[in-house]
Amino acid sequence: MTAFPALSAVVAAASVGEPAVNISIFAAFVAVTLGIAVWASGANSTTTDYFAAGRSITGRQNGVAIGGDYLSAASFLGIAGAVALSGYDGFLYSIGFLVGWVVVLVLIAEPLRNTGRYTLADVLTYRLRRGPVRTAAAVSTLVVSLLYLLAQMAGAGALVNLLLGVSGGWGQNLTILVVGLLMTFYVLVGGMKGTTWVQIVKAVLLMIAAVLLTFWVLGSAGFNLSGLLSDAASRSASGNGVLRPGLVYGATLTSKINFISLSMALVLGTAGLPHVLMRLYTVPNAREARRSVAWATWLIGLFYLCTLVLGFGAMWLVGSGRIATAPGKANAAVPLLAFQLGGTLLLGLVAAVAFATIIAVVAGLVISASASFAHDIYAGMIRKGAIEHHEEVRTARYTAVAIGLLAIIGGIYAKNQNVAFLVSLAFAVAASANLPTILYSLYWPKFTGRGALWSIYGGLASSILLIVFSPVVSGKLDPHTGASLSVITDPGVDFAWFPLENPGIVSIPLAFFLGWLGSVTSREQVDTARFARLQVRALTAVGAARASRR
Amino acid sequence: MPLHRTDPEPVVTYEGVRSSREFGEIHRRFRRFALPTVLGVLGWYFLYVVLAAFFPDLMAVRVVGEINIGLCFGALQFVSTFAVTALYLRWARTSLDPMVDQLRGRLERGGLR
Repeated sequence: MTAFPALSAVVAAASVGEPAVNISIFAAFVAVTLGIAVWASGANSTTTDYFAAGRSITGRQNGVAIGGDYLSAASFLGIAGAVALSGYDGFLYSIGFLVGWVVVLVLIAEPLRNTGRYTLADVLTYRLRRGPVRTAAAVSTLVVSLLYLLAQMAGAGALVNLLLGVSGGWGQNLTILVVGLLMTFYVLVGGMKGTTWVQIVKAVLLMIAAVLLTFWVLGSAGFNLSGLLSDAASRSASGNGVLRPGLVYGATLTSKINFISLSMALVLGTAGLPHVLMRLYTVPNAREARRSVAWATWLIGLFYLCTLVLGFGAMWLVGSGRIATAPGKANAAVPLLAFQLGGTLLLGLVAAVAFATIIAVVAGLVISASASFAHDIYAGMIRKGAIEHHEEVRTARYTAVAIGLLAIIGGIYAKNQNVAFLVSLAFAVAASANLPTILYSLYWPKFTGRGALWSIYGGLASSILLIVFSPVVSGKLDPHTGASLSVITDPGVDFAWFPLENPGIVSIPLAFFLGWLGSVTSREQVDTARFARLQVRALTAVGAARASRR
Repeated sequence: MPLHRTDPEPVVTYEGVRSSREFGEIHRRFRRFALPTVLGVLGWYFLYVVLAAFFPDLMAVRVVGEINIGLCFGALQFVSTFAVTALYLRWARTSLDPMVDQLRGRLERGGLR
């Protein structure tokens, strides 16, 4: 813990609350989770242990862990903050994150568990031409994970600015370093089992904090939701406009279509997020995978209902004006609300939960990216499967360290950049590059390797290119000040020609189309025997238990 | 007991299983549930999104106090997601799992791995 006294020494009293309280609550979380990682390190000799926690996690535990993996700081602070600043449109945004779970539950969870071992690529190569498809799936897994990772690391830098009053300079860098080292340690030592329990602890803390604050807000409003809404609206500059859609997404036709595009990415992206899908391999069988997703759905739904109340609560008790001018803006809403309600101690709890959230999500991303590299690229492509368990695990550990370093450097570099778009971009890439191939290979008999390659690379390239040429990267100006709101902050640079800020509405249908086109124009013989094996195993789990024990 | 099939030989290949009557029934049941459920949930969600984007005035119509159609519609998205999840769990447990268990038990005893 040597970093913390040094850190608290720099922390000026300028921040809200008491950094010492924030830090000591967070230190307690770190101590508990480090203990978990060390405890979990005992059983990490085989790939199944390291990548899939020995398939020993129960459905309910895994459901909670999925919640811990999925609910990022962007959800906890970002969505409640979006509600606090723009009311209804923030709520609208949160719904796509929940509804997408139905797709995972009904179409993906059980077949995935029955036919794969550790990664997304396992499912695709179960019936398709092995080499290039495996590489393609690994590439898109790595891209999605790294985009998401960068957003989380930059978020850690922004959070410390907000909670500890450290702005810029080495205080933020130090925090990013601490977060990066911690999550690398969890993954390196604890493997999937350690990561799982870190995520479970975090999810429980997050839910306790969210439910506690929600009841507190509702209690303060006399459990009168309508009263809460009208009191909140009266504290907002937009008045009753916050109670109806349109404040953010309703301005122009472009912003409306942009919102539809974003919604598509959110609702279809969940089912293609590699770090979430990888969690489904940690349970012993498909029925437990089904239970996991159901538990995750209850938890995630309850959580987003809480963010609605928290957002309006912050609007009411803190006021939109104060939130908009606080460091961290929208992200400050929940911390300020907690301070208003319960003083330093509650703020400390919320701050610690927010950090725990970042660490647990980041650990999940690192293990999925390193598994994909070690299992798909190194063991599958470079060594052509001729590799011992312990070598594959060792490669994954090296990769985790490399990704950890990359995340720290990227996080330090991106900390003051406007990178909030990276989360929705990750969803768009997941929905375009991953979901079509997963669905086609599980359910469409005529799908071929070429279709998979076209769909994965087409979805990946189109979503990233469209973002590069969108107002997110260049040419978006604040109408009042003329300052740039894009990643490229020079207002004179403008190479945007794609009007939308989320590529989903183009890239998702395109990837589905390319998957179809690549397959029907391919001369490749469809391997009906392999498809039969996939379909029988996906639906009935025949032979799945033995295959996954390997 | 061999699988019922048009020819009398016992089924040993995956292709054989796939064309068996039992598997066909499982597959048919799954499709009949999964396809309408997923399309229905997505359609219901996009209906909500499109209404919110293009008909905000409709969403602003009050139902009780400050609670308007938009909030009710949003809350219903939660209700429908929870309901479909519960429905799927029950449907799978009662309509799919017993058939699957029966077929799998027989296949694994019969040597298909």
